[in-house]
Parts: sequence; C-alpha cells; structure tokens
Amino acid sequence: MRYTPHTPADKERMLRAIGLETIEELYRHIPASLRQQARIELPEGLTELAVRRRMAELAAKNATASDWSFFLGGGIYHHFIPSAVDAVISRSEFSTSYTPYQPEVSQGTLQALFEYQTLICQLSGMEVSNAGVYDGASAAAEAVLMSRRIQPASRRRVLMSRALHPQYRSVISTYLRNLGDVQVDEVPFDASGATDTDQLTRELNDQSMCVIVGYPNFFGVIEDLAAIRAGCSRAGAQLITVTTEPLALALVKPPGAWGADIAAGEGQSLGVPMSFGGPAYGFFACQKKFVRNMPGRLVGETVDTEGRRGFVLTLATREQHIRREKATSNICTSQTLCVLASTVFMSLLGKSGLRRLAEINVARAHEAYGRLIQQTGIRAGFGGPYFNEFVLRSDDMDGLLARCASGKIVPGAALRQWYPELKDCLLVCVTEMNEREEIERLVRSIAG
Amino acid sequence: MEFPEGLKFSKEHEWVLVEGGTATVGITEFAQEELGDIVYVELPEVGEKIVKDDPFGAVESVKAVSDVYAPVSGTVLEINDLLPDNPETINDDPYGDGWMVRVEMTDTDDLKDLMTAEEYAEYVEQQKKEDDDEEDEEEDEEKE
Amino acid sequence: MSEASPGDRKVRTAAPGLIFESGSPGRSGFCWPSAEVSAHDAIPKALLRDEIAGFPELGELEVLRHFTRLSQRNFAIESQFYPLGSCTMKYNPKINELAARFPGFAEIHPLAPADLLQGALELLYELERMLVEVSGMEHVSLQPSAGAQGELTGLMLIRAYLSARGDPRKKIIVPDTAHGTNPASSTLCGYDVIQIASNAQGVIDAAAVGKAMDSGVAALMVTNPNTLGLFEKNIEAISEAVHAKGGLVYLDGANLNALMGVAKPGHMGVDVLHMNLHKTFSTPHGGGGPGAGPVAVKERLRDYLPVPRIVKQGQRFELLEDCPKSVGRVRSFLGNFGVLVRAYAYMISLGGDGLEEASRMALLNANYIRRKLEKSYQIAYDEPCMHECIFTDKIQHKLGVSTLDIAKRLLDYGFHPPTIYFPLVVSGALMIEPTETETPETLDGFVDAMLAIAREAREEPDLVKTAPHSTPVSRLDEARAARKPILRWEPSASSERG
Repeated sequence: MRYTPHTPADKERMLRAIGLETIEELYRHIPASLRQQARIELPEGLTELAVRRRMAELAAKNATASDWSFFLGGGIYHHFIPSAVDAVISRSEFSTSYTPYQPEVSQGTLQALFEYQTLICQLSGMEVSNAGVYDGASAAAEAVLMSRRIQPASRRRVLMSRALHPQYRSVISTYLRNLGDVQVDEVPFDASGATDTDQLTRELNDQSMCVIVGYPNFFGVIEDLAAIRAGCSRAGAQLITVTTEPLALALVKPPGAWGADIAAGEGQSLGVPMSFGGPAYGFFACQKKFVRNMPGRLVGETVDTEGRRGFVLTLATREQHIRREKATSNICTSQTLCVLASTVFMSLLGKSGLRRLAEINVARAHEAYGRLIQQTGIRAGFGGPYFNEFVLRSDDMDGLLARCASGKIVPGAALRQWYPELKDCLLVCVTEMNEREEIERLVRSIAG
Repeated sequence: MEFPEGLKFSKEHEWVLVEGGTATVGITEFAQEELGDIVYVELPEVGEKIVKDDPFGAVESVKAVSDVYAPVSGTVLEINDLLPDNPETINDDPYGDGWMVRVEMTDTDDLKDLMTAEEYAEYVEQQKKEDDDEEDEEEDEEKE
Repeated sequence: MSEASPGDRKVRTAAPGLIFESGSPGRSGFCWPSAEVSAHDAIPKALLRDEIAGFPELGELEVLRHFTRLSQRNFAIESQFYPLGSCTMKYNPKINELAARFPGFAEIHPLAPADLLQGALELLYELERMLVEVSGMEHVSLQPSAGAQGELTGLMLIRAYLSARGDPRKKIIVPDTAHGTNPASSTLCGYDVIQIASNAQGVIDAAAVGKAMDSGVAALMVTNPNTLGLFEKNIEAISEAVHAKGGLVYLDGANLNALMGVAKPGHMGVDVLHMNLHKTFSTPHGGGGPGAGPVAVKERLRDYLPVPRIVKQGQRFELLEDCPKSVGRVRSFLGNFGVLVRAYAYMISLGGDGLEEASRMALLNANYIRRKLEKSYQIAYDEPCMHECIFTDKIQHKLGVSTLDIAKRLLDYGFHPPTIYFPLVVSGALMIEPTETETPETLDGFVDAMLAIAREAREEPDLVKTAPHSTPVSRLDEARAARKPILRWEPSASSERG
C-alpha cells in the first residue's frame, strides 16, 4: 500500500520539466559507495486489508481492561472516556495540522490550548500553565530544572520523596546527572505511607533548592502539604508537587491552595486512553512570577489588525528555535492532540461532572478497601488518607496473584519490583470503571 | 539616524553617558531598529557587578533575543524601572528615557576603547554596507 | 489555484467564544447513575477543596459544536497543501488511526504482567528491527517522546560511553544550519556548544571539522540532508575527522524522508541518531504532537540505551530492566506507544519497496517545484536539492516585500506557507518540502500561487504586505502578547469580543 499518487505519465512529465531523463539522476551527486548499500531489505508492502489483519492479530495477544478486570494504577489510570472526545480529536483539522506557527490559520488549536491552560490553572489552583509537555515524569524533571534556573547557585540540593513514582524519580535523576551540580537526596516515607516530614525538616537548610513530592503520592496517599510548605518556606526552598492522578484534584485541595511553586503531573486520567502508557501528556503550572522560566509552549491572547480577539504562541524567546543553547528547554513537538482530548473531556464533564466522577472513585475505592480488609486475610498497608489508590499487605503475594489471574483479574501492582522493603505489598487502584460485580470477584479471589 | 555628540559608543551597539565616575548605559537607535518591537528587558540587580565585554542583560523582541554587553566595568547603582512594564520605551527613546542601567565605574580607562559619535556613525555605515556586500557576493557566486 | 477551503471565506470568521463564556450553572455533559453512594467523609474535610471556580458548564452538543467550530479555523494536511520544510507533512493514513484504536492497543495497561502484553511487545520488537534496517544502524530504543527528546537521549548515550572510558569531554560541535533543538539539547546535557560555519555550497567541510575537533569535543551533531535540503556530501570524511580524535558522530534524522533506499546513515560513520516518526513515518502532527523520536545506535553504545529494553527469549517477549550501564529512563513507561503502533502499521503498509519509492517521489516533487520557481524567486544555493528546496526573498525585498508577507499572502490562496526564516544562515528563508504524497496538480497549484504573489509583489505590493485578507483573523499583534502576557481566561476580565 503506497500513498504516492504519481502515474508513469506524471513522472515523465515532471522529469521533463526538471530537464532530466530518469529519476536516478536526482541522486547522481550522492557518493556511489553509499548508494550501493542502501537497499531496504524489508518485506513487500501490504494491502490495507492485510495490514488490518496483522494489527488485529497483534492486538488479540494483549489483555484489555474490557476482557480482564484491572485494578491497576501506578501512574496510568483506567477511566471512562466519553465518545465525544474521540469524535473531536479524530477531526483531521485537529489531528493533521502542525504546530501553530502561522496563527491566522491555527486559531482552532491555539484557542483550545488557551482553554486548556485555563482549565489546568483552575484545577491545580496555580496561576499559569503551559500547553503541555511529554509526560508526568519529564514534567517533574523539567520542574526541577526550572527550580535550578530560579534558585541561586548556592542552592543545589533536591529533596525528593521516596514515595514519588519510581519511574519519575529515575527520570529526574537521569536529567540531572548530566548537569553535574545538583545533588538529589531521597526522603523516606513513614508508616502512614506519606513523606516523613520530620526527616524532611531535618534535611532542609539554606542549600536546599526544592522539595518534590507526589500529590497524591505513588502509594495513593494524600500528602500533608501544609507541613511540607511550611518547612520549605522556612528554608527558602521551592515546593514542587507531582500529580499522577489529576482527577483527585477535583475533590482534594489543589497544589495552588497549599502554595506550591510548581505543580506538575500526568494528564492521562483526564480523557486519554491508557494505551500502554503513552501518548498522554505532562501538565505543568507555576506561579505567575516564574513564567519566563517555564519550559514548553505558551499560548497568549492578543488582537489582530482589526481588533478581533485571537491567540498566538507567545514568550517564544524562551524556546529552542530562538534561544537555542540558552533555551529553557529543548522541547519542540509536544503532545498537543492528547492535551486537546483532555480539554474536551474537562469541558464535557464540567464543574459538577468532574467532581461527581471523583466522588464515585472515592466511594468505590473506599468501599473495596473496606471489604477487602474485612472479608479476606489481606491487611492494611498504610494509614494515610487516599483518593482511589491504596496499598495492602499479603504474606502470600504469589498465591494471591495466581488466584486472581485464573479469574482474569489483575488485582494491583506488586510493589516489590520498586521497593524491596515492601515485598509483601500490593498497590491497588479502584475507579468508576470497576463494576461492583468485579469488586465482588476480586474479594472472592483474594479470600481464596 | 541620530548619533548624539556627548555619548560614547561600543562595537556591540551600546551607548555610554559619562558623568564624573558614573556611566549611564543603553542600546543605540541602530540596535533597537534591528530588534524591532521590544517586548521584554532583562536587567541586573542594583549592587551587582558588571564586567566589561560580558553580557549584563538582554533585550527581547518577539522573534529574537539580544544580549547587552557591558561597555565598562562597574557596580550597578540604578536600573530604569520604567522598562519592566514599558519595554517599548527603548524603541521610542533609546538615548533618553530608554536608558538601562547606571553604574559606578571601576576603571575610567575602560572608556578608551569606546568610539565617538562620529566614529560610531561611520561604523554603522560600514555594517550596513557589509550586509549589502554579503548579499551581492552571494549573487555573484551564483552567477558564476 | 486551490479550491476554496473552509478557512478562507469571511462568512465563517465569527469567532466561537471561549468555552468559559457560555453554558449555564449546573449543566454538564456527564451522566452517571444517581444511585451511586458518595463517600464524602472518607477524606478528611481539611483536605477537601471548594468547587472548581470557572470550570465550564455545558451540555454535550454545546461542547461538540464549540470544538467543531474551532476545528474549522485550522488549516490541516487534509484540507490544504502544507509544504513546511523539515516537517515532512505527508499524508497520515487512516488505517493507522483505526489500528491504534483497537482495544488491544488502546485499553492495555503497562503494569500488567508481560504475559498479558505479548502482542504489544512483539509490535515494539519488530518496529525496532525495521528501524534498524532503514537506518543501517544496529540497535534502537523507542522510548523518546519526540525528536528533541531523542537528541537529548543520544547525547546522554555519548556522555555515558565517554565517561565509562574515563574521557568525559565537554564540547559538542553544531553547524550553523542546525535546528535549534541541537544546541538546546546539548546544553540540557551539560555540554558547551561550538558552532561551525557551512561553506559557500551550504555544506560542512571536513577540514573545518578537523580544525574544530580536539580531544575536548565529545561529538559532532550533523543533519543529513541538512536543513538547506542539501546532502552533506563530505559526511564520510567528516566522520573520519571526528573519530580520529576520539569523538562520536550524532545524526539528526529529521530529514530521513530523503534517504530511504538512497543512503543509510549507518554507513556514513554515524554512531547514534534519532528519527522522527511523526515526520518520515507518517504519524499525525496533531497540532504539535504527540510524536516519537526513537534513537538508533551502533554496537558500542548498546549497553547505555534507556531501560527497559525489549528482549526476545525463545518465543516470548520480555522487558529487561537490569542493564547496569544504561543511562536510565527519559520518560515513564515505554514511550508514546500509540504513535509507535501507527508507525508500525505504516512501515508494514509500505514495505521496503514502498519506503524507497516514498523517498524517490519526495525528491521528484521537491525538484519539480524548485525548477518551476527558480526564475521568480532567488534560490538560496545553486546545488542539487533533495526533498526540500530553499528560496530567499531577495528579489521581492527590493520591492519592499518580505518572506513574512509572501507567507501571509499564501494563506489567502489556501496554502499553508513553507517554513520561514529557518535556517538562520539564509536571509528570509522560504523552505519548501512538498513530500511524496502530493500530486503534480497540487504542486502546479502551489507554483501558480507563488508566481501570482511574485507578480503582485511587483504590481500591487500593498496587497501582499497587508495579507492575509481572507483568514479567520488577520495578522496578530505578537508584541502585545509578549509584553503583557494573558495566558488564561479570567472571569472578571472576560467580555466577548467579536
């Protein structure tokens, strides 16, 4: 299947117009040594029908959230996506357009991004948001880099909670390692599953650049940001929150209300399919005074020559195509279509709908938790307040996982792969997509 | 184009007004014209030390950023607080209200490397001519 | 002349208000059974927020109408010819969209056991093999989310490799024609950037590289063909000059669409490169992503690739996390999987023969446009061009008309403009990349529009200088947007402006 429309007659006419005899002549300036080894040894192309069959064959070898019961969270969440979302992002005017460098013919994308920036500010309680970055992990890393740009050179210690998503911690370390001047120290979590604020307070000093915590954290626990903010303020460190489940912010007090300097996180929960972990997007918001230090695209409001309201990419001098080696980031192509999906999702659910969806999650998760503790041998993991994710302990993790698998249930993610000290722990997520009947089967499978 | 007599000029298109041991610094009319509409000015803090030939700030237009280089070394006494909210002042009045910083000079010898108004006017002419020559050169090469 | 497209009639320019400016309190597009139990006291009151002030309150039809009307204010490949140089705006096949939406790809969770994800892992494994074959390299990581992230990853690999040899080095050489992401990524990776100039033919000299190259330089970043659309013909000698002093060669693969079946980067002395799946491999641009920027390396860099790696044990696919020399992770999970699915579908659709034909036709189309325009517009370099050609506004500038004006006037003709003012070494650059999926008739239409504008520049310059006249909005005040940034809607400040 090819998409090149040229007939032999087309090719001939075009070659004549160029003044050449053969297509080969277009390449005569390429070194022969390279030309000789250039054949692409891949099978012949397939018809559309054959492609569809092959793709279906591969898809059939994967367990979906429809034919299995997933109680999985850990940074990617199974939520309801209204059909209207895909209807909008399937429109080719949105999906096949480019980054809006010619604003006169990109007002659709630009206005949608302006609306998105507003929605994130409202949801996170922060003053300004960018138009999205790659994912929650790189958003967290970019937040730390931004803090480094803002704070003086005497402050180069990062206090990173061990209860922050393990992959995010890994990405932050990877990004910082190359800069050589930042020291990252891990702060442990306590028995409640939250960051040990006493330990944190002991570690905070005048060399502290920032504190970075999950909110909720990887264990689903809602951290005590009041205490953490107070500690940061006393020490002159910035507070960065990272939210992998932003649906929580529809119900729980958002980072801005706690005085966070930067609020980052993963937007997948809000209208983007799980899709094996990507694409989704990272959201990134901060206090207004830091706006010129932000990475990523920013859309601003302005007027045209006739006074009509319009939108443009702005403060572009921060970015790579102008600032080059002094840019605030290197980001060029971002995750716009996924950001648009979230914008549609948040618009559809709206003020009452998003809150309602969050309430349903809390209800289901707490109900499941209660039943699991009471009706099976499984024990509580941590004691902290949670939204829709929690940790449970079992002495027979393998047996539990096997019993569930035979019932086509994935009961959660075993924490031993990231926290050796938590080898008896399971991270369980319950959302509105887990029917009562599924929870019933989960309870029975775990009880054995 | 204006080249005020009482000022000194640097190769990076900054001007200096010397008053005793104090120097007031800004960018020239030629510089602001090259940049276009100025949207943001980055200034040092009062008390900061600036070093001759090193950048001490930046001027941004929509499509470009230009570092501003210190024509003399010194300590910053004053910054123009009009500029944060009204960066376009530099476009409107580059030699007057568009001044950027006032510094206490460390070494008045630094002034020796600067040009007079006449020398700078010639320098600007030369710059403009070089740009045209470059274009003509490219034309000639292609014709060959 | 192109057919009239949705954006170019004044009738449709009535702007939809912002989503916050309509609706009614209590309205929502979300329904859920009311029998659902609430659990308000499950979370301590002190942790609860107030309602989300200002959030939209609309019904489903209102929302759909809003976004549909917004979409009609966009140009897109499927409505207009979009010859953006270095962006490769080729057709985004619908079969890829269909496949990516299969529940077996869209509804799978990355933390499920590997046994339940064998189809996904097989797809990724095969995609890696195919990209190895196209690039002539040896190993691939699909993790980076975009070209720029691929660049950063590639530079990290170089850094890790040299550090392991006890020779970290501090500098990266970047040509003056490089895309801005090259120096930006270098800085992000902790390197200092040294710029070298291209020569009068628009390419880099091996001698210039030799001079800039020393034992403090970790790598040279090169794009081939470069951003002028020219083949870096000295690439083999350049790679030798870099290797001779212990450095590595990084290739920015953004222009790979010119090379398939023509020349493989792996044979040019390249040690590491990235590819842009949203360019060469047809995944949609989405108004600014998502894309994917896989990196490919030669054997000596394999151990440093990001984790997890996808490995095959017998008939089973697994994720390998235990790679002690790996640079670590650059993002969560495995990358933009949905994008990778689309690229896979594209590659099996085209096959080896189809990919080679794509590059051939990309070159044919670009050279055709070049030939048709070079009497009216100044070509930047009189050298054989590949998949894109660059003109300057030199001729029109003498009439007071700039590249920007030409670009804006093209909008009135229903074409998205080419890339403008990039690369910086060309004054007033107009970079045209038609791609292979365009018909000769479309190219003729574009050429006619460009010739008409050249004529207007001579006879009615004001028409060009005040363009566009028929788009939903006219030229926007970008200075105002930068001076007093308004980056969100605020309830008090809103007033519907027409």
